[in-house]
Amino acid sequence: MDPQRKRKIRLVAALSVAVLLSVALIYTSFSASTEAKEPSQLLGAAPGTSYEMTGKVVKGSIRRQGSGIAFRVVDRDGQGASLPVTYTGTVPDPFRGGREIVLTGSVQSGTFVGEPETLITKCPSKFTTKSDA
Amino acid sequence: MPSFGSALLALAFLTAVFAAAAALAGRNGNRRRIDLSRRSVYAFCGLITACVAIIEIAFAGDDFSFNIVAQHSSIETPAFYKLAAMWSSQEGSLLLWAWVLSIVSSAALYATRNKLREIVPWATAVMMGVAAFFTGLMLFAPDVDPFATLSPAPADGIGLNPLLQHPSMMIHPPMLYSGYVSLTVPFAFAVGALVTRRLDAEWIRSTRRFALIAWALLGFGLLLGARWSYTELGWGGYWAWDPVENAALMPWLVITAFLHSIMVQEKRGMLKVWNACLVVAAFSLALLGTFLVRSGVLQSIHAFGDNTVGPYVLGLIAVVLIGSTALIVSRLDDLRSQKRIDSLVSRESIFLVNNLLLVALTAVVFWGTFFPLISELFTGSKASLAAPWFDRYTTPLAILLVLFTGIGPLLAWRRVSWASAKRVFRLPLIVAALTVVALVLFTDTLHKPWAFALFVFAAFAIAGLAQEFWNGASARRQLSGGSMAGALIGVVSRNRRRYGGYIVHIGIAVLLIGIAASSSFQTSRDVTLRPGQSAVVDGREIAYVKPTVAVTGEYLQFGSVLRVEEDGKRIATLHPSRRYFRPTGQEIGTIGSFFEGEATSEVGLKAGVGEDLWTAVQPDIAAVQRRVRAADRGFRACVRAAPGTPPQCEALAQTMRAAAANPRLRAAALGQIGRIQAATADRIAKSYLADDAAAIFKVIVNPLVTWMWIGGLIALMGALLALWPARGRRRGALVRTEADALKEAKYREIRDAELDHAAGKLSDEDFALLDAELRKEAVEILDRV
Repeated sequence: MDPQRKRKIRLVAALSVAVLLSVALIYTSFSASTEAKEPSQLLGAAPGTSYEMTGKVVKGSIRRQGSGIAFRVVDRDGQGASLPVTYTGTVPDPFRGGREIVLTGSVQSGTFVGEPETLITKCPSKFTTKSDA
Repeated sequence: MPSFGSALLALAFLTAVFAAAAALAGRNGNRRRIDLSRRSVYAFCGLITACVAIIEIAFAGDDFSFNIVAQHSSIETPAFYKLAAMWSSQEGSLLLWAWVLSIVSSAALYATRNKLREIVPWATAVMMGVAAFFTGLMLFAPDVDPFATLSPAPADGIGLNPLLQHPSMMIHPPMLYSGYVSLTVPFAFAVGALVTRRLDAEWIRSTRRFALIAWALLGFGLLLGARWSYTELGWGGYWAWDPVENAALMPWLVITAFLHSIMVQEKRGMLKVWNACLVVAAFSLALLGTFLVRSGVLQSIHAFGDNTVGPYVLGLIAVVLIGSTALIVSRLDDLRSQKRIDSLVSRESIFLVNNLLLVALTAVVFWGTFFPLISELFTGSKASLAAPWFDRYTTPLAILLVLFTGIGPLLAWRRVSWASAKRVFRLPLIVAALTVVALVLFTDTLHKPWAFALFVFAAFAIAGLAQEFWNGASARRQLSGGSMAGALIGVVSRNRRRYGGYIVHIGIAVLLIGIAASSSFQTSRDVTLRPGQSAVVDGREIAYVKPTVAVTGEYLQFGSVLRVEEDGKRIATLHPSRRYFRPTGQEIGTIGSFFEGEATSEVGLKAGVGEDLWTAVQPDIAAVQRRVRAADRGFRACVRAAPGTPPQCEALAQTMRAAAANPRLRAAALGQIGRIQAATADRIAKSYLADDAAAIFKVIVNPLVTWMWIGGLIALMGALLALWPARGRRRGALVRTEADALKEAKYREIRDAELDHAAGKLSDEDFALLDAELRKEAVEILDRV
């Protein structure tokens, strides 16, 4: 086979692999992703669907419940009605009232039930010139 | 002092602009202007260093008239953290950027002061352009002036978050920043090479070192961040595919690819476009990392609050990307390779595959990281991807990488004959086969196919690399005699780049073994125990012996003593605990304020060669908190001396009234209250010991995770070995012309081939062919000289 043609074949092979990988990436990312919602959008959400909830923990709302905790969250801007949340397992260090959290879970009879090991608490913002809200 | 600092900063900005202008004015070879621009860069470095010194002196001396000090330090902040608190602020990290850039620019220009005469002016202009950008941000963008003042100055500062008061947290940010910033040097020289069409490997030889420094710093920064997460966050993991982690990983992956592919350009004059693209991508990703850390665009555990410089950095990224793309496209004709890959079975083709894998890995991480923005664009709602999605792609890619990490070093450049291949592959293949047998017979790894494949490939790679060391040493011994150990040291120290690289490969293989084992075979459980109870986790009996309490002025600590037994034998006693910090910067607070500040986990960890036993505790302190609230109520009533309070309250109330009337008595009164409060806090905290309260323990059995840290350190050592200057160059600052460098590079290539031949990697026939080719090329160079 002449080298010119060999090169072309190699190029086509490499490009097809790249295209395949990108198609797989795009396809799986849309099906595997969880939608991000704020608490006010979840108040009337359909039960069973998995969401990634981003909100702010209401100060003083954290209670212990069995081997987990129950608390309420509001939208990140602090507005709107609050959503009750339950979470089983240990919580990250920075978790407390007033902090922003990201939690994956679903709504079950009006309460957002978080999946274990999915609670992310944002690091406290000592990195900003404005103080914590 | 702050106004003096502002003046220095303004002067630094002007110096950077001047250095860039002088360099451009000297682009046609005017030595005086080029020397002037280089000295201006040194001056810029001096000025920024002075700015950093002023800020650090302010931190050390608790000068709270500096806004940055008042916001990020306090009188009680330990001295070590005071000095490191600078970069926990946005303005401080910009200053750090500028400072590191001034240092690496000066170093790069010093190293090339007698070389690359055409490229250097352009590179200087690019580096100083970036420097002027960041210095300008501090001067002109809102809220990021490091010399902003507070008037009147507060008595105490807000302090540094206790979560960040961890040694590795103090080194981790400057490491990552330095890594990002060092990437400016290869980028700047690449731009210079493109502009002047001097596209041979010379710019690469001069800046390769900086790319390697960036690689090592970024890698070390990532490792420290992982370690901090593992030991400090009370979470037990070391990697979460968090956007900010990914932001640091991406340039590291790209620069890893770059470090490999530039060798192909150096030796074979190929992949020029590819290398130019990689270096632009690495620098853009570094800027993107800086931007992501400081912006709230993506949901990250690293939420750094309001970001005021994001749009500007985004603007710079756009300029870099558009400008570089235009430059590369306009130079495509000059970038064409002189040669083609001779054979698919050669080191350069393995490097190409390795490069493609690394870039694919970067593409996956990039897509996953920015998916929330992409999905918002298409579907209108932000959706994000979690760790399993990332793992699905990164795991197979990483496994393939390990395989090629093993194959690459076994092959020689240009071509490999069947006979030589058989010779070098025999031992690694045998080791891999033995690993398969051992894993199947003695472990249950087989039901985790990815981990199984990784273990086998890693064994293959490590055996191949060990063989390389052995063959190199025996070849040297045949030449110069002596002991095997002496020969090993000799061959390694004469070929630092090669063997340094091999050590890095071993380190990465070991690190990936640690990651694969700990992620596939980890046992993690939450158990709720009362003192005296025990639970069995993965065959180990964990007994909650007793609760513990510690009280300091800063925090209350509720902990536990855990006894761990296996087969009736005690294997460890662990002390996980949780600290509740009082918010700093308050003159006097309630006892309850201990529960208003941060809480941090102190992990109980027994690290071992075989496995780590990791524990964290979440104590039930509801009863303690109730008592604290009651005590605070009583205390308030007492100070007010309400009717019915005991007589000592009357005395306290009198002291307070006297203090209110006479400010000089204030300190004594506050001290008295503080002492009473401390005693009360101590008594209530200790009541926890008698509460018999249940605590939730998170217990993780993490096999082989220690090897992740060890592998990382091995890789770092390898990088340092490769970076160590060669003896000849260290001795004298000899002036080398570009032709000299070219000649030297060709000689090195001939030596490499000779070593490969002596080590049995090249058959006699292959070597004869290759040697003839190389010598012909060397003669051509000599003719030109």
